[in-house]
Amino acid sequence: MSSSLSVSAPRRLSRRLAALTAVLVLLAGTVLASLAVGARAIDPAEVWRALTGGPASPEAIATVVGLRLPRTVAGLLVGLCLGLAGAVIQGLTRNPLADPGILGVNAGAAFFVAIAVGVFHIMSPAAYVWFAFAGALAATGAVFLIGSWGSMGSSPARLVLAGMAFGAVLAGVTSIIRLSNRQAFNAMVAWEIGSLSNTTWPVVAGVAPLALVGCLAAAIVARPLGALALGDDLAQALGSRLAVTRLVGVLAITLTAGAATALAGPIGFVGLMAPHVARWLIGPDQPWIMALTAGLAPTVVLAADIAGRVLTPPGELPAATLTAFVGAPVLIGLARRRQARGL
Amino acid sequence: MSRAARRRAALNLTLALIGLLGAVLALGLGDYPLTPAQVVEALVGSDSGFARTVVVEWRAPRVMVALAFGAALATSGALFQSLTRNPLGSPDVIGLSTGSYTGALVAMAWAGSGRLATTSGAIVGGLATAVLVYVLAHRDGVQGFRLIVVGIGVTAMLHAFNLFLLARLREETAMTAAIWGAGSIGLIGWDRALPALAVLAALTPLTVAAAPALRQLELGDDAAGGHGLRVEPARLAILALGAALTAVVTASAGPIAFIALAAPQIAQRLTRSPGTPLLASALLGGLGLLAADLAAQFVLPMAVPTGAVTVVLGGAYLVDLMIREARSDKTAR
Repeated sequence: MSSSLSVSAPRRLSRRLAALTAVLVLLAGTVLASLAVGARAIDPAEVWRALTGGPASPEAIATVVGLRLPRTVAGLLVGLCLGLAGAVIQGLTRNPLADPGILGVNAGAAFFVAIAVGVFHIMSPAAYVWFAFAGALAATGAVFLIGSWGSMGSSPARLVLAGMAFGAVLAGVTSIIRLSNRQAFNAMVAWEIGSLSNTTWPVVAGVAPLALVGCLAAAIVARPLGALALGDDLAQALGSRLAVTRLVGVLAITLTAGAATALAGPIGFVGLMAPHVARWLIGPDQPWIMALTAGLAPTVVLAADIAGRVLTPPGELPAATLTAFVGAPVLIGLARRRQARGL
Repeated sequence: MSRAARRRAALNLTLALIGLLGAVLALGLGDYPLTPAQVVEALVGSDSGFARTVVVEWRAPRVMVALAFGAALATSGALFQSLTRNPLGSPDVIGLSTGSYTGALVAMAWAGSGRLATTSGAIVGGLATAVLVYVLAHRDGVQGFRLIVVGIGVTAMLHAFNLFLLARLREETAMTAAIWGAGSIGLIGWDRALPALAVLAALTPLTVAAAPALRQLELGDDAAGGHGLRVEPARLAILALGAALTAVVTASAGPIAFIALAAPQIAQRLTRSPGTPLLASALLGGLGLLAADLAAQFVLPMAVPTGAVTVVLGGAYLVDLMIREARSDKTAR
């Protein structure tokens, strides 16, 4: 690093470590809360015994280990994936407002789920999760393919427009399928709402390996993405291999966004919001932003899920409703705060 | 006349002619098919036979509504996109249609699914969303980009709320609501079409009057101010006009997506003009909705809401245009 920065470097590092520690503590607290809080009130000591294999009532074991544990793990995975997907998309497109949803990932996943339910009559979430995954993969790939033609890759605005146009086409076909098939309609309403309440172990275990590969790819491109933020020419001069960075970046986005959408349905705003909060906390440094995002995003998803369990008894609010209601004001605040330009 | 102006005039004339021919064709299609000659005879002739009933009473409202609503949506989109200088600044992206849907859903959930409740719910919802987005985006005036971001945020909240409401409604009501929410002009007869058409007709001269101010604003706030335009009031008036156009259409037909976004973009590319051409957008919008409605009725094997078709057709055409544009950029290099 240059010498002019070295004076403040130790202080900056300690500030960043403090932020990371605080976020991880917050995340740990949220995980515990997610295991302890629910429609059925269970004593925390009993929850602990159920988790550690101590003497607990079978009812408590069934609730904590059978329901809350997979749900919490799913929430962690979904949050991690959404946050990293958002951070990589924002870095890759140099667009502060990019989000998996904006690039048509959700529309692609919904389209394939509609085909699974409406055409192949696949009704179990464990089976159509793979359709959601494939759809997210296909949509992201297609949007980046359209976006990489000619001069389009260099213009984030066009990439976003391509994502919205393509997503709209898929959404239109989806609505035709669901409106002409009552079965598909009911299944879609349950999936589209974006909730963790139906997660089971087989689904989580099936999606987790792919999700983790995606997170690994995201971690690999963290540093090159930081160089990319300086502009193509400068990044190249600094020795970044642009093509490789882009390829691994797109791979990371498709895997993480696909896994998250497959697990929980379309959950918006986490991928948009978490990297911004991270940047606001520790300044513009891509690897640190991604590390902090990896702690912040799961916290947000789990907190939204917990709040959804307790806010409207006896029913539940889906996590996506709460992330939208927390995330949208953050977005609006960002737009008001500074002279945001681009898109 | 400059070359660009000639090109635009020729395009507008062509679009108008295609629209006219399409309307005659549409009036002849159905379970009781009529040739174009029979349609014209039924329209202008003096006899009051069965053909006249079919054409004037049954099919004409739907065709009129398709042309007028499409034109209104496209005009609204052109106004918003021109003000924000961004294709994403169209009313369906910044939440006006979603707000109308919220209003209608709330009305269906608590006041029953009567037509009056739904319509007024949709109008109130759409206009309230417009006011909310404007107020939230207002800070030393309204800058286009901020308006879009705020709009996307508000849309997301309303969308989440809509899904939540939809999952809470009884199954029958939910299906009705979802069909309304996809946008359909199939069930509109003269009794419902006339009030909406009258309001749209009243808004047309206002749009024509707003066009010069819009052109000045396209040059930038400073230049417009320098020409003696009061920038912020003019912008507010144009936004209100655009919001009203969308609200009227959405209240009668449900949210018909993508015409407002796609028509001005396609018009701009066809006319190769730097700004957003109002007339060409309106003509393309009317034509697009008519085509989508015909496809919904006669091409697809099952009955499908018009709005679902407009999304698919408009989106596909926009993707195609963007790919071709990118290719020609590539060869030009």
